[in-house]
Amino acid sequence: MATGYAPPSMYRSQEGMGIWEHRGKVAAVGVGHSPTERRWDERPETSVGAWSIMALRNAIADAGVSPDQVDGLVIVPATTTGAFWPKDKPLPQDVINSFVQTDDPLDGIAKLSVEWLLKNMPELTNINYSVYAPVCMSNALNVAAQAVGDGLAHTVLVLKAWHNLEGRYYQGGQNAQESIAGTSAMTSLWGAPACYGTALQFAEYCRKYGKDHDMMTPFIINSRRNGLMFPEGYWAQHRPEELTAEDYQLARWIAKPANLFDNDIPIMCAASYLFTTAERAKDMKQKPVYILNHADSDAVPRGLTPTLEEVEAECALTGRKIYEGAGITVDDLSFENMYDGFTQFHQFHIEGLGYRGIELGEALDFYQTDISIEGPNPVSPSGGNIGSGRSRFWMHTDSIQQLQGRAGGRQITGVNAEIGVSGGPMPLGGNYTVWSATPD
Amino acid sequence: MKQGVIPDDLTAPFWSAANESKLVIQNCSQCDRLQHPPAADCGLCKSGDNLEWKEMSGTGRIYNYGVVHDCPIRLLQDDQPFNVAVIMLDDDPGIQMYSHLPGTPVDDVPVGSAVEVVFEESANGQKIPEWKVVK
Repeated sequence: MATGYAPPSMYRSQEGMGIWEHRGKVAAVGVGHSPTERRWDERPETSVGAWSIMALRNAIADAGVSPDQVDGLVIVPATTTGAFWPKDKPLPQDVINSFVQTDDPLDGIAKLSVEWLLKNMPELTNINYSVYAPVCMSNALNVAAQAVGDGLAHTVLVLKAWHNLEGRYYQGGQNAQESIAGTSAMTSLWGAPACYGTALQFAEYCRKYGKDHDMMTPFIINSRRNGLMFPEGYWAQHRPEELTAEDYQLARWIAKPANLFDNDIPIMCAASYLFTTAERAKDMKQKPVYILNHADSDAVPRGLTPTLEEVEAECALTGRKIYEGAGITVDDLSFENMYDGFTQFHQFHIEGLGYRGIELGEALDFYQTDISIEGPNPVSPSGGNIGSGRSRFWMHTDSIQQLQGRAGGRQITGVNAEIGVSGGPMPLGGNYTVWSATPD
Repeated sequence: MKQGVIPDDLTAPFWSAANESKLVIQNCSQCDRLQHPPAADCGLCKSGDNLEWKEMSGTGRIYNYGVVHDCPIRLLQDDQPFNVAVIMLDDDPGIQMYSHLPGTPVDDVPVGSAVEVVFEESANGQKIPEWKVVK
């Protein structure tokens, strides 16, 4: 079974497509996670492959199905947080020997293929559909929802896993060289770190609307608080430390106006969800969470980095696509779990949604109100990447768990959890899912 | 000090022009549209058949900036913190270039000010377009 990338036709990228044809007919049921770790300790049982298997098996068990009932796999084959296996470092033979390997010795160590998973999960005997999604869980969820809706498979496991290796990320490779190739030099010579582009958009946002960096403080504190109630997350598992306003406001700059806590922490982790038809979901172990729509942003900036104008226009377009396909309005949203890693993405996403009626330039004022899980306007109840480390999937797990009523300490209480939205990452280039406790 | 540059097929005309203190940007003559960074195909018509290099006036405006305190590039780490600005070219404000804004104090950047191109040597002698505020 050759596995390729999902075709563009599986994504809902355009405005005007109408209500999603499979609205309410696809459901998420099972959730499975691996533990988290800051970096890989190079043991076989903590490899990205091992943790992927663990997450998949946990999702199967959580849904209460048998492995032979699963007939589809949607995975993201890239697993790097920005760390790549060094060319001059010997491969860890004990890890390779612990699994059934493919032709690629880095499979299961610094990347992941469907072939590797199937070789190492012999219980998955009935997979007849598999497809790759690029980059993120957000993307894979859109593909899985469409695949189930289209009848390409009826019970699908969706997987995203991350490896993180020793050393500071992005400090090796060409960044450590005396000279670089001309094409890379066009953008990288000036030494801007990953958060720089978002920091620029935030800087322009603050100038335009008269806001400042300190106004992000309630959002940061809220995100860490929610993250500490996410038992699957990094901070809850390893460093259960609350953040104070002083911690945030005095943190060192990375690319001003983005500081250390505006960035997420790269970690090792894996998560999987089990998607199936609404009909089959009725008999499974967990309450189904129905998918009302999925939406895709595929915009490309004209210049080196998106302008504020481009970001705001694209987030507004994304919001319209989300609501149109789901057949809902902003008033139907119980909560939002839009992307936050970097923190300065979040205000663009929620202003694009018009969440709780906010308009352009109002998100930071909104952050000064009650945005807690106990209040009427919960913001990022998952805590996102800021609350639990860089996975880009906490927001999806939380959305499912909120609507199943099993978000534990994070369960929103100021409003009934009925419909939520999650997705990201970039304002220009992201994928979004609308989740509902009921199919209609 | 910036890293040296090893021109490749796609970018060699840009770097050659820079060594002659000229700023050139890729242009699709069919679409009459500039694009930067250069690419194998025009971002609009998706064809590579009509791509050429066009000399720019060398003037622009500071659109935005950030101050880098934690740079991933080893050769630049001794210079931290430093400005990284985005310049929009007067020839086409949709075309952006990065700049360290030589001569401008760190975090004291006059956004919106006029700038003009200058050329600095990198670690291997390749000249790099940079931008200075016009006094």
